[in-house]
Amino acid sequence: MKRVELIDLSKSYDKQIDVISGINVTIEPGEFFVLVGPSGCGKSTMLRMIAGLEEITSGTLKIGDKVANGLPPNKRELSMVFQNYALYPHLTVQQNIAFGLDVKKVKKPVQQKRAEDVAEMLGLTEFLQRKPRELSGGQRQRVALARAIVSESPICLMDEPLSNLDAKLRAHMRMEIRRIQRTLGITMIYVTHDQVEAMTMGDRIMILHEGKIQQVGKPIDIYNNPANPFVATFIGSPPMNLASAKNDSVSSTLLIGDTWHLALPANENYSHPSSELIAGIRPEHLRPATKDTPEADKFYVEVTNVEVLGNETVFSFELGGNEWMAKWSGQWHIDSGDRIPILIDTGSLCIFEADTGELIKKPTDLGNFVFGKEVLL
Amino acid sequence: MNTHVKPGIWRRTGNARTAFLYLLPSVILFSVFVFYPMFRTIYLSFFLTNQNGEAALHVGFENFAYLLESSAFLNSMKATVLFVLYTVPIGIIIALFFALLANEKLKGIGFFRTVYSSTMGISVAASSVIWLFLFHPSVGVFNRVLSVLNFPQIQWLLDPEWALISVSISTIWMNTGFSFLILLGGLQNIDEHLYESSRIDGAGYFYRLRRITIPMLSPTLFFIITISLINAFQSFGQIDILTKGGPSQSTNLIVYSIYREAFINYQFGTASAQAVILFIIILIVTILQFKFGERKVHYQ
Ligand SMILES: Nc1ncnc2c1ncn2[C@@H]1O[C@H](COP(=O)(O)OP(=O)(O)OP(=O)(O)O)[C@@H](O)[C@H]1O
Ligand SMILES: [Mg+2]
Repeated sequence: MKRVELIDLSKSYDKQIDVISGINVTIEPGEFFVLVGPSGCGKSTMLRMIAGLEEITSGTLKIGDKVANGLPPNKRELSMVFQNYALYPHLTVQQNIAFGLDVKKVKKPVQQKRAEDVAEMLGLTEFLQRKPRELSGGQRQRVALARAIVSESPICLMDEPLSNLDAKLRAHMRMEIRRIQRTLGITMIYVTHDQVEAMTMGDRIMILHEGKIQQVGKPIDIYNNPANPFVATFIGSPPMNLASAKNDSVSSTLLIGDTWHLALPANENYSHPSSELIAGIRPEHLRPATKDTPEADKFYVEVTNVEVLGNETVFSFELGGNEWMAKWSGQWHIDSGDRIPILIDTGSLCIFEADTGELIKKPTDLGNFVFGKEVLL
Repeated sequence: MNTHVKPGIWRRTGNARTAFLYLLPSVILFSVFVFYPMFRTIYLSFFLTNQNGEAALHVGFENFAYLLESSAFLNSMKATVLFVLYTVPIGIIIALFFALLANEKLKGIGFFRTVYSSTMGISVAASSVIWLFLFHPSVGVFNRVLSVLNFPQIQWLLDPEWALISVSISTIWMNTGFSFLILLGGLQNIDEHLYESSRIDGAGYFYRLRRITIPMLSPTLFFIITISLINAFQSFGQIDILTKGGPSQSTNLIVYSIYREAFINYQFGTASAQAVILFIIILIVTILQFKFGERKVHYQ
C-alpha cells in the first residue's frame, strides 16, 4: 500500500497545448480510485505519467513519500494492466505471468509457485500451458490481471481493462477486480470511460474533462451533488435534465426553460446578481402528479418518446429546446403524444451558475431514494 | 422414392470450370515461364546436345555421374557452399543490427532508414561496377587505405585466397538493403505495449531483445533467411562482372558454372544436369529449414 500524490501536474505533447493541466489529487493507500471521463480527455495520459511511460511536463508526482518525476518505471513499484492487455503472444500463460518475476531474477521454482498460486486465485490453472491466442477475451483479461497481481506491487494501474468484454463478463470482472483489490489491499488507479464501472467500483472517483479535473469524491456524493453541469450529465443514466433558468426575486419564482414557473419556498432565493442560471433535476425526481395534487403544482408535458424497461418507464418530452427525460418505477402505459401532469420538488433541484458552471444549490430532498439500514430492522 | 435428378456432368463441374477460368492467366504464365523451362531442363539433363542445344543422344544418368566425379564441378559446389556460409549469416546479422538501430525513435531516423535500405534500389550490375573500382589493386579505396595504414596490399579480386571473400563482401552489401527493410518492417509490427509492459517489470535492453524482439521477429527472420539462402545459391551477376569465376575457378559459383557450360562450352546437357542438381539442393535446404526452423518460429 502506498500513497500517490499528484501536485499541479500537467502534460503537453507538443509543448503548446496542455492535454492535461492543473491536476491536484492525493490517492490514499489501499484506495480504489477511478479516473473517468469521455474519450480523449487525458485519462490514459495521466495513467502513463504515473507509470513513468510518459514524461511529466510540469508539476510533481509523489509515490509513497518520494518524488517520482524522474524515476524509471521499474523503480516505481507498480504494475499495470494495459487496455489491450499487452500479453506476450509467444509465451504461455505461465510464462506470461512469471515474466516480471523472471526479469527480477526470482528463482525458477519460486516463480512457478507464485504463478500457480495467482492462476489458482483467478481460475486460470487449466490454461497455464496455453498461448494467449488460444484464450477467450475474458481469460486473457484475467491473465493480464494475474500478471499485475503476481508482482505484489503496492500500486496497480489499469487502463480500461474491461472495455473489450461483453456485458455479462464485464459485470463479473468488476466484482472480481474489486474483490482482489480488497483482499490484497492494493492501491488501485483505474481508468474507464464507463460510468457504471466508475460508480460501482470506486471508493472515490475523479471526473476528467478536457484535461481538467471536474470533481473528485465518493460516487454517491458526485451523483447527488454534481459540481457542474458537465458532471451532472456525465454521471447518471439517463443523465440529469438541464435547462436554462431565471430567478424572479419579486414573485419568488424560478422560471425554467422559459415555460415553467416554479414557486420557491419563502426562504430560498438564488438571485445571483446579473447571472443566468441552469436548473437541473434527475429523471427519477420528476414525479407523477396524482389526483390529489393541487392544479397549481402540476406541469403538463407532451410525451415524445416512451421506453418501458420492465420495472421502470422512461419517457421524454421537450422543455425550452432541451430533451428532458423522466424515469418512473413500474410499467406505465403512456403513449407518445399524451399530455401528462408531472410534479417537481424544489428540494430535488440542482442550480448552477450558467457562466462558471458552479453549483449554487445542492438538492436537499433526494425523495424516496435514500434509505438507511434502520429501514430493514 | 428418389425424385432428385442427378445433374449432368456439365452442371456438376460448373464451379470447377469457373475456378479454372480464373486461374487460367497464371496457369498460362507459369507454364510458359516456369513449368516449360523446368521440364525442358530436366529433359535435357538426360541428353548430350548438339551445337544448337537440341537433344542429340540419350545418356540416362551419365551426365550426373560425370558431374559428381568432375573436380571442376565439385570445386564449384564447394565455392558455392562457402559463399552461402559467408554471405547469409553475416548479411542477416548486419541487417538485423541496422534494423534494430533504425527502429529506435530518434530525431532524423528517417534519413538513416533511407540510407540503410538504399542498396535495394541499385541494380546488381551497377553496384558490382562500383565494387570493381573499390577493389581495384592500385587506385581502389581499400588498397589506398591499407597503404596509408602501412599494411601490405591485397589483390582483392586477383588472389584466389581473397577473391571469394571479396565477392562475398560486395554481395553482403548488396543484399543488406532488402533484408534490412523486411526486418525493420517486422520490428515495427511488434506491439509497443509489450515493451512498455516489460519496462514496468524492469527488463533491460538485452533481456527485451532476447525474450520479446527476437521471438516476435522470428517469422520475419525465418522468411528472410529462406530468401537469402535461395538468393545466395543463385548469385550470378556480381560474379560475372567482378571475377568471371576466376581466379583459378575460386569464385566459379554454380549458377556461373551452369552459364559457362551452356553458353561458352555449349554443353547444354551437363549444364542442365547442374541446374537440376542446384534445384535439388535448394529444395533440400528449404525443406530442412522448414522442418527444423519452423518449430522455433512463433506465428501470430
Ligand atoms: N503520443 C501522443 N502525441 C500527441 N498527442 C497525444 C499522444 N497521446 C495522446 N495524445 C492526445 O492527448 C489527448 C488525451 O489522450 P488520452 O489517450 O490520454 O485520452 P483518453 O482519455 O485515454 O481517451 P480514451 O478514453 O479514448 O482512451 C488526446 O487529445 C490525444 O489526441
Ligand atoms: Mg485511453
